[in-house]
Amino acid sequence: MRPEFHLLPADAAASATRLDSLALCLLLLCGAVALVLFVLMVGFSIRYRAGSSADRTHVPKKGLPVEIAWTVIPLLLFLGIYAWGAIDYVKLYQAPDNAMPVFVVAKQWMWEAEHRNGRREKGQLHLPLGRPIRMVMTSQDVIHSFFVPDFRVKQDVVPGRYTSIVFTPSRTGEYRLYCAEYCGTEHAMMLGRIVVMQPAAFAQWLDAGPRQPGMAARGYALYRRYGCSGCHDPGSNVHAPDLTGLLGRRVHLADGRELTADEPYVRDSILVPTKDVVAGYAPIMPSFAGQIGEEDILAIIEYIRESAHDELPRGR
Amino acid sequence: MTSYLAGGERLTDWLTTRDHKRIAVLYAISITLFFFLGGVAAALIRLELATPQGDLVSDDTYNKLFTAHGIIMVWLFLIPSIPAVLGNFLMPLMIGARDLAFPRLNLASWYLYMAGGAIVLWALLAGGVDTGWTFYTPFSSMFSNSHVVAALCGVLVLGFSSILTGLNFIVSVHTLRAPGLGWFRLPLFVWANYATSLILVLATPVLAMTLVLVAIERLFQVGIFDPALGGDPLLFQHLFWFYSHPAVYIMVLPAMGVASEIIPCFARRPVFGYRFMAYAILAIAVIGFLVWGHHMFVSGQSMYAGMVFSLLSFLVAIPSAIKVFNWTATLYKGSIRFSAPMLYALGFVGLFTIGGLTGLFLAALALDVHLSDTYFVVAHFHYIMVGGSVMAYLGGIHFWWPKVTGRMYSETWGKIAALVIFAGFNLTFFPQYLLGYAGMPRRYHSYPEEFQLLHVLSSAGAVTLAIGYLMPLGYLAWSLRYGARAPANPWLATGLEWQTASPPPEHNFATPPVVVREPYAYTPEGP
Amino acid sequence: MNAPVLEPQFRDHAQQDFARSFGMWVFLSSELLFFGPLLFGYLYLRMHHPEATGMASRHTDMLLGTVNTAVLLTSSLCMALAGQAAQKGNEIRDRRRAARLLALTAALGIVFLAIKGVEWHQEFDEHLFPGVGFHPSDGGDAGTVHGMELFFLLYFAATGLHALHLFIGVSACLWLMRGPRAEAVELVGLYWHFVDVVWIVLYPLLYLTLRSGG
Repeated sequence: MRPEFHLLPADAAASATRLDSLALCLLLLCGAVALVLFVLMVGFSIRYRAGSSADRTHVPKKGLPVEIAWTVIPLLLFLGIYAWGAIDYVKLYQAPDNAMPVFVVAKQWMWEAEHRNGRREKGQLHLPLGRPIRMVMTSQDVIHSFFVPDFRVKQDVVPGRYTSIVFTPSRTGEYRLYCAEYCGTEHAMMLGRIVVMQPAAFAQWLDAGPRQPGMAARGYALYRRYGCSGCHDPGSNVHAPDLTGLLGRRVHLADGRELTADEPYVRDSILVPTKDVVAGYAPIMPSFAGQIGEEDILAIIEYIRESAHDELPRGR
Repeated sequence: MTSYLAGGERLTDWLTTRDHKRIAVLYAISITLFFFLGGVAAALIRLELATPQGDLVSDDTYNKLFTAHGIIMVWLFLIPSIPAVLGNFLMPLMIGARDLAFPRLNLASWYLYMAGGAIVLWALLAGGVDTGWTFYTPFSSMFSNSHVVAALCGVLVLGFSSILTGLNFIVSVHTLRAPGLGWFRLPLFVWANYATSLILVLATPVLAMTLVLVAIERLFQVGIFDPALGGDPLLFQHLFWFYSHPAVYIMVLPAMGVASEIIPCFARRPVFGYRFMAYAILAIAVIGFLVWGHHMFVSGQSMYAGMVFSLLSFLVAIPSAIKVFNWTATLYKGSIRFSAPMLYALGFVGLFTIGGLTGLFLAALALDVHLSDTYFVVAHFHYIMVGGSVMAYLGGIHFWWPKVTGRMYSETWGKIAALVIFAGFNLTFFPQYLLGYAGMPRRYHSYPEEFQLLHVLSSAGAVTLAIGYLMPLGYLAWSLRYGARAPANPWLATGLEWQTASPPPEHNFATPPVVVREPYAYTPEGP
Repeated sequence: MNAPVLEPQFRDHAQQDFARSFGMWVFLSSELLFFGPLLFGYLYLRMHHPEATGMASRHTDMLLGTVNTAVLLTSSLCMALAGQAAQKGNEIRDRRRAARLLALTAALGIVFLAIKGVEWHQEFDEHLFPGVGFHPSDGGDAGTVHGMELFFLLYFAATGLHALHLFIGVSACLWLMRGPRAEAVELVGLYWHFVDVVWIVLYPLLYLTLRSGG
C-alpha cells in the first residue's frame, strides 16, 4: 500500500494516464476561465470602485456579439470535452477478445472474487500485469460499488443483475479497493486489496492455493446436479435449446426479438425462464429462483462458455 | 401608515396571519432553526473526520448523522430558504401587489412545512434514519432497520408545502402585476422565483410518488425496487433523480435571482444583458429536467443513456456560464461599493463559478467514473449549495434586512462575517476536491491515514465557517433592538419594494404603483 | 346570500375570479404529474409483461367498473348543471337548484366510492392485494405472478389515489352546498371534471385490457 498521500493516485491501469490527461486538460481550461473571470472581477472592482476616476460614459446594457461569443465558444469547448470523455468511457465497457474475466460477488460488507480456474479470494484480488481484465460482478444484497482509485475505475455492483467493467493493470504493486456506494453500517470497512503481479508470478499464484475444481468444472457438476443436462443435452427427449457455445451467439426469441447471449441472458434464463423464450420452444423450463446462489450461477455460465471449446466432457 | 409588524404582539396574530410578510418571517425563524440543527450534524461529522479512525461515534450513528444532515439541509433549509423567506416577502412587493394571490394557501404552506419538519424531527430523534438523503433501494426499502417510513412521510408532507408555494408564485406573477409591469420589466429575482416555481409544481409530485412506492415496498414487501422480489433498483434511481436533479435548480435559481438584484444596485448600473439573463433562467429550468441520468453514469444504466445525459449536462452548463459572464460584465463601468450584501453577492459569483466548473469534470463520462461517489462530488455540490445558495441567501437577508425589519444592521460586522464565511467555506471544501481525486469515497466514517491532513484542514475550515454563520445571528438580532431606523430606500435601489416604507405597511403600498421605467435604471454618476 | 368577498390583493372581481381559475389549472397540471408516473408505470408494465397484465386485468370486476364509470360521468353532468345554475345565480330558485345538483353530484360520488369499496373488498378476499399474501387463482410461474402483482400495485395505487381525490371533491361539494357561488362552483367543477377525466383514462387501462379474445 502507499501510506503517503498522493494527490494523483498511482497510474496503475492503462487508462489511468489518459484519464489524468483529460482531467489536467479540463483543469487547465477551467483554471483559465476561472482566472480570467477573477482577474476581470477584481480588476473591475478596483478600477470602477466608487470614487475612482475611471471613464463611466456609455455604460453598455447589452451586447449581442459578446453574448453570442461567450455562448458559442464555451459550447464548442464543452463538446470537445464531452467527446473525449465519452470515447474513453465507452472503452471501459468494450472487452477485447483476450480479456480475462474475473467474477465478483459483493455482499454486506465484503468482496468475494473467483477466478476461472476456481481459485477464490476474499477481500483481495490478484491480477496479472498487462492483460485486460473484465470484471463480472453482482451483489447478494444491496447496491455496492467496486472502486479502485489507482485504476481510475468504478462500477456499481447491483443485486439482480451483472455489471461489468474492463481495465488493464499497468503497474505491479498493491492498490486499495473501496466500496463506493453506501451500503449500510460497515460501508467504510468494506475495503479490499488489489495485488498486481507479473504474469508468470500470477500464473504460479493461480495454480497454487487450495485445490478446487475450476469454475467450469464446478459448473458442470452443478449443471448435472440441478438437472439442466436432463433437458439441454443432445440426447434428451425434451425439446430444449442446445447450450453449446451459447455465449456470444445470436438468439432468436419467440416474440420476434433477437439478442446476443451474454451472462445476464443466461442468468435470467435460469431464474426467470419465461422472460426471453427462444423461438420454436415451448416455455416449459422451470425457474430455479431461490435454489441456485449467485456464485453457482456464475460457475454454470463458465461451464457453458467452456463448452464452446469442447474442453470438458459433456453429458451423454 | 403603520408597519406590518404593528399589532403583532400576540402569537395568534402571527399564527393566523394572511400577510405574506409575516408568513415570510415565520419561515425565516423556522428555517434558521433547522439550518443550525443540520449544522450541528455537520459539525459532528467534521469532528469525527478529523481523525482517520471512527472513534467519535459508532458507524451507525455516523450514518444517521450524514443522513440527518442531508435531509434537513436539502428539504428543510435549501429548498424553502430563498423562495419561502425572501420570495414570500418580496414577490408581491416587487410586482406592485398587495399580497400573493392566495394568502391562506401561503399560510397553509408554512403549516405543512412545520408538520413535515416535525415528522422528520421525530424520525431523527426516535432513533434516526441511516439510508442517506437519497434513500437508495433496496437498502432503504428492504435492509435498513431505521425509521425510514417516517422520514419518507415527513419529506412527502414537505413536498406539498413546496408545491403550494410554487403555485402561489406562478399565479401571482401572471395575474397581479402592476400596470405597466410587462414581463421584460420584471426584476430578475421575480423571473428566478417564477422559473423555480415551475420546477416546484412539476417535479415535486414525482418525488411524492417515488417515496410512496418505497414505503409500499417496505411495508408490504411488493417487489418494485428490490430484485430479490423481482423489482429493479435502477428504477428507483431514475424516479428519484428525475425530481432531485431539478431540485438542485430549485436551490440555485433563486440565489441567482438575489445576485441579480444586489450586483446592479452596488455597482450602480443596469445588469448587463437583461434579456439573456431572463432566457438563461428559463433555459436552466427546462434543460434541468433532462439531465438526471448524470447521477447514474456508473450505476449500470446503459452506456448509450450515459452518453445522452452527459451531452445534455454540458448543455445545461451554458446558460449558467452566460449568467456568470453577465454578472461580471455588470461590474464594468460601474461605481462599486463593497457593502456586506455586495461581498456576499460577489462571493456567490466566485464560488458558484468554481462549483459549476467542477461540474464539468463530473459531466465528462470517463472522469465521472473515477470521481463519482468521492469527496469530489461532495465538494462540487457544497460549492454550489453553500458557496452559492447559502451565500446568496445571506446576501439577500442583509440587502433586504432594512426593508423587512425597519432597522440597519452593523455594516462592519456584516463585512467581517462575510469574509469569515468566505474564508471558512474555502478552507472547508477546497481540500475535499483533492481528497476526491485522490480516491477518498463519501459516506465513510473512517479512512486510510494518508487522507488525514486534508480532512484536518477541512474540519478546521468547518470551525471557521460555523463561527462565520453564528456572527449574523448575533449582530442581526442586536440590530432589531438597537439598530438605526431604516429609511424607505437606504441603498437607493430601484425596484418597487423600495418605493414603500421600511418596514412596509400591511398592504404594501399606500397607492397602487404604476411602472414606467425599465428595471435596474441605475447610473454610475447618479446617487 | 352575501355577495362574494373581494380580497384585498385583487383589484376587482374579474381579476380575482381569473386568478383563482388559473390557480386551479396550475394545481391540476401538478396533479397530472402525480398520476403521470403511475400511468407511465402501467405502460412500462404492459410493454414488458403483456400476458401478465392481461391475466391480472381479467380479475377486475368489469361490471362494477362499468357501472362506476356511468355513475361518475353522470355526476360530472350534475356538476356541470350545478355550475350553470350557479352562473345564473341571482334568485333563490337558482341557488337552490345549484345546491340540489351539488348534493346529487356528491351523492353520486359517494356511490362511486361505495362501489369501489365493494370491489376492493372482493379483490382483497381473492388475495389480489399486493404483498406477501398475493396469490391469484390463475397465477403461473413466478415471473407471471410478479407481473400480476405489479399490475395490482398500480391498480390499487391509481384507484386509491383517485378515490382520495374523489373524497376531497365530495367534501368540497358538500361544503359548497351552503352557499353555491358561481366562481366557487366553477373551481370545484374544474377539479371534479379532472377527477372524472383521470377515471376515463384509468377505466380502459385497468378493466378492459386484453379482455377481448379470451
